[in-house]
Amino acid sequence: MAEPVILCRGLWKIYGPEPAKFLARHDSKPSPEQFEQSGHIGAVQDVNLDVQPGEILVIMGLSGSGKSTIVRCLSRLIEPTHGQVIFQGTDLLKATEKEMIEIRRHKMGMVFQNFALLPHRTVIDNVAFPLEVQGVDRAKRHERALEIIELVGLKGREKYYPRELSGGQQQRVGIARSLAVEPDVWFLDEPFSALDPLIRREMQDEFLRLQNLLHKTIIFITHDFDETVRLADRIAIMYEGRIVQLGTAEELVTKPATDYVRAFTRDIPKAKLLTVASVMGPADGERTDGPAVIDDQRIGDVAGLVIGRDKPVSVVNGSGNVVGSLTRQQVVDALFADGS
Amino acid sequence: MTGTAGPALPTAGPRSAWFRLRWPLVAALGVVFLILFRGTLPDWAITPPELWTTNLPLPFLIFGDAFFPALTIKGSSVADWFNGIVIVLREHEIFGLLTFRDVTRGIAGLIVWPLNFSEDLLISGFSDWEIPPIPWVVTSALAGILGWYLRGWGLGLLASSCIAYCAVFGKWELAMTTLSLVLVTAPIAILIGLVLGILALKWRRFERALWPILNLMQSLPHFGYLIPIVVFVGLGHKAGAIATILFALPPMAKITILGLRGVAAEVLEAGVMAGCTRRQMLWRVRIPAARPTLMVGVNQVIMQCLAMVVISAFIGARGLGIDLLFRLQTLQLGRALESGIAIVLMAIALDRLSQALSEKEPVHRQDGPFWSVHPYLTAAGLAAAAGILLAYLVPEAGQLPREMTVTLAPQWDLLIRGVVSALFEPLSFIREYLPPYVLIPIRTFFEQLPWTVFLGAAGLCGWVLGGWRLAALVGAYVGFIVLSGWWTEAMVTTYLVFVAVVICVIFGFPVGVWASRRDRRTRVVAFLCDTFQTFPSFIYLIPVIMLFQVGTISQIMAIVVYASIPVIRYTYVGLRAVPHSMVEAAISSGCTPSQILWKVRMPLAFPEIMLGVNQTIMFGLFMVMIAGFIGGNFDLAREIFKAKAQNDAGLGLLLALCVAFLGLTADRLISAWASRRKAQLGLT
Repeated sequence: MAEPVILCRGLWKIYGPEPAKFLARHDSKPSPEQFEQSGHIGAVQDVNLDVQPGEILVIMGLSGSGKSTIVRCLSRLIEPTHGQVIFQGTDLLKATEKEMIEIRRHKMGMVFQNFALLPHRTVIDNVAFPLEVQGVDRAKRHERALEIIELVGLKGREKYYPRELSGGQQQRVGIARSLAVEPDVWFLDEPFSALDPLIRREMQDEFLRLQNLLHKTIIFITHDFDETVRLADRIAIMYEGRIVQLGTAEELVTKPATDYVRAFTRDIPKAKLLTVASVMGPADGERTDGPAVIDDQRIGDVAGLVIGRDKPVSVVNGSGNVVGSLTRQQVVDALFADGS
Repeated sequence: MTGTAGPALPTAGPRSAWFRLRWPLVAALGVVFLILFRGTLPDWAITPPELWTTNLPLPFLIFGDAFFPALTIKGSSVADWFNGIVIVLREHEIFGLLTFRDVTRGIAGLIVWPLNFSEDLLISGFSDWEIPPIPWVVTSALAGILGWYLRGWGLGLLASSCIAYCAVFGKWELAMTTLSLVLVTAPIAILIGLVLGILALKWRRFERALWPILNLMQSLPHFGYLIPIVVFVGLGHKAGAIATILFALPPMAKITILGLRGVAAEVLEAGVMAGCTRRQMLWRVRIPAARPTLMVGVNQVIMQCLAMVVISAFIGARGLGIDLLFRLQTLQLGRALESGIAIVLMAIALDRLSQALSEKEPVHRQDGPFWSVHPYLTAAGLAAAAGILLAYLVPEAGQLPREMTVTLAPQWDLLIRGVVSALFEPLSFIREYLPPYVLIPIRTFFEQLPWTVFLGAAGLCGWVLGGWRLAALVGAYVGFIVLSGWWTEAMVTTYLVFVAVVICVIFGFPVGVWASRRDRRTRVVAFLCDTFQTFPSFIYLIPVIMLFQVGTISQIMAIVVYASIPVIRYTYVGLRAVPHSMVEAAISSGCTPSQILWKVRMPLAFPEIMLGVNQTIMFGLFMVMIAGFIGGNFDLAREIFKAKAQNDAGLGLLLALCVAFLGLTADRLISAWASRRKAQLGLT
């Protein structure tokens, strides 16, 4: 595995009268009772995370689970109470204000839930804003801004003001602005939550299209599980300030770490998520007659075939070797089990 | 469900009724107690003894006679302390160079430059370069184009005709003098307010110190500014400008703090993520994003400036105000009305223009030739060119000669006489019955109210509503008035404001309720309130003097006319702001419209209505001082006019502080009650 872009170790963010002392007093392991008694709130608790280059890591959880706080700790919009955030080898929590400004100017981009556009600037001036504060001259920054505006599909609207655009268009501006400096890491904080469902889907496709072009390292926050499944390479599920499980969508469904994750993943459409390999049984002898299925196919794609047959169907891997077998019962269980 | 009607109900009924009436009962008992036992109180507990108020060695104890020789008069009154400070500031050289007064006069001297410039531009022309002033047709046209740009042709027409009125009715010089005072003072007040707000944002400690000062400044009556200014700047036009700037800047500072703090957290985060430095955050993110709020402050500053510019006539500021003051003093009511209309028109135009400015949303520009990209600039240029050409050909378009101006003063006088004689009979019952049966008993009550009782009652209310902190604060306000030596006068002022506020509520509350019942009524009343509120308070003296001549009733009526607006406004706003879901719940429970009003809307709106009463009290205290000019009571207003006549800055400031502390006492108590009640109702 390559060197992680962001590595975060033992990260804490505690709100209350004296967070740092409180954490030290309880040896970095305060219990929920101790939190309650002392009037502190643990927004982020002992989080360990690594973000690989080029991946889309989705942090998901319900409101109040600490997901927005984490992403703000990683960019130091919020000062963490304790822990380490290593960004491309440097410890962000030890960086000076000046160094942080430099890092944000060149290496980070962020998209916000409510767009956070500057209302008094046109689209092009909003997109060029990060370049402007760096001191890039007007012609150059407008040229770059125009490029990105075209990339996000807003060509012709450069001179509009944010309030003259629809929600989806405004978020395109937000996306363009966050990409203007060609960041290494791209933070997206519930970028599509404020949009209505049809637009949200369209924007997700748009996002995937952009990622196919740009291959950014992405940390994506959402509370929407469908969105998570559509976009994520890996998923971190948060509950009460902690990451309760970190893995691929399939791992969460097949091997939930806690009852919370199980309950959370119960209703997701498994047919498109599970691969044959995660459901199949061991290979019983030779390859059976008739068609076989391949181990990385989705269950939904092979269900018709397997259910239509009385006998187990052989599973082969990419090179044609038999690696397991799949029965009608296994498919039915995988598709219709409620996760319990 | 047979015969099991809870036995708890009958007992709960009377108990809760007693419980609900406990405070009125306590108050009633207190009044009875007072009437019966006042005589048993020792004299010192009734009026503050002179021995106390003229014998306060505090400054001597603090400073000794080494540092502030002027303050060493042992056994002096509070006014003497204030004057001691004034003398020190006036006479003592700082570092042996300049006195404080030299500094203030020097600063005030600077304001003459922009004032002269704008007056040259609008009225007299630049004689050094033989450039004539802007022709009045051009001024009028430009005002129109500004209105057109900001909102539409309606506003343009309004702005343009307001300017034209001043020219046609011969008020040009006066009106433009007033306008140029506003145009110079408002930007300076805005700038100072902005700077204070920015500094407060930067340093929490500065904000904590600033906020109470701003509160005090906002409750100081106009004369609290005017009299010290006379000492430190002198009489005249520029003194008026300085007083105006000081008077108008507190709201801007407050709104700046609120606006800059109110910028959405995400927008600030976006700025940080873009890599803004602190300075860039302030200038490129915070301030622009807070623009709509800041513009509300701009509107308020402009209106405050206009109001103060008019009142500054008392210390010699030129313009419409001094004309109005002179006409009122000489009872030329028709002329006064004409000046009054000019002021009112200017108020409406300035208010609507600055409001339109604050509501103006940015719109993108399409590419094209200059005139289509910038139609308003083009129109302004064309209008200016055409007007200047016209003025060159027809001199009357440049400056309307006096003999071509119109005056309707004789007609106004006729009309006023008609109205007054028509209303003389109907209003006579007010003149005949109000003083003996209402005014004198209430005045006697307040005059004879022992200060210990007042202090005790205020302190008790403070303790009940906000604990010992509020009790101590309110006690300090009242205690200051007690020790100031002007207790009786303060009580006469309290009586005047009390009567006026009661009348305001009796009249304004039903109007507010009535207005809240239908959308159309709300719109009409809101429009009237908005319009009347923009008028400088001084204007309201005109109709009052017409109808009631000079005297106590006039003074009270002037307050009533000016101070009714907040009660009306807060009543209908409060009633209409009740959440719709609660009203729907009431409807589906089968409430009649009047049950909805009295059982649902009214209890929920009541805290808001009380805040309206609070505003009415503050407005009343401002107006009672201005109307002291026509009142003739032995109240604080009379004393402040005397102090002004004698240039007694210390006394003037002291009296103004007494008024401010009366207002702050009421304000603190009512606000504490309202916010507690709102919290109980879950409305915060």
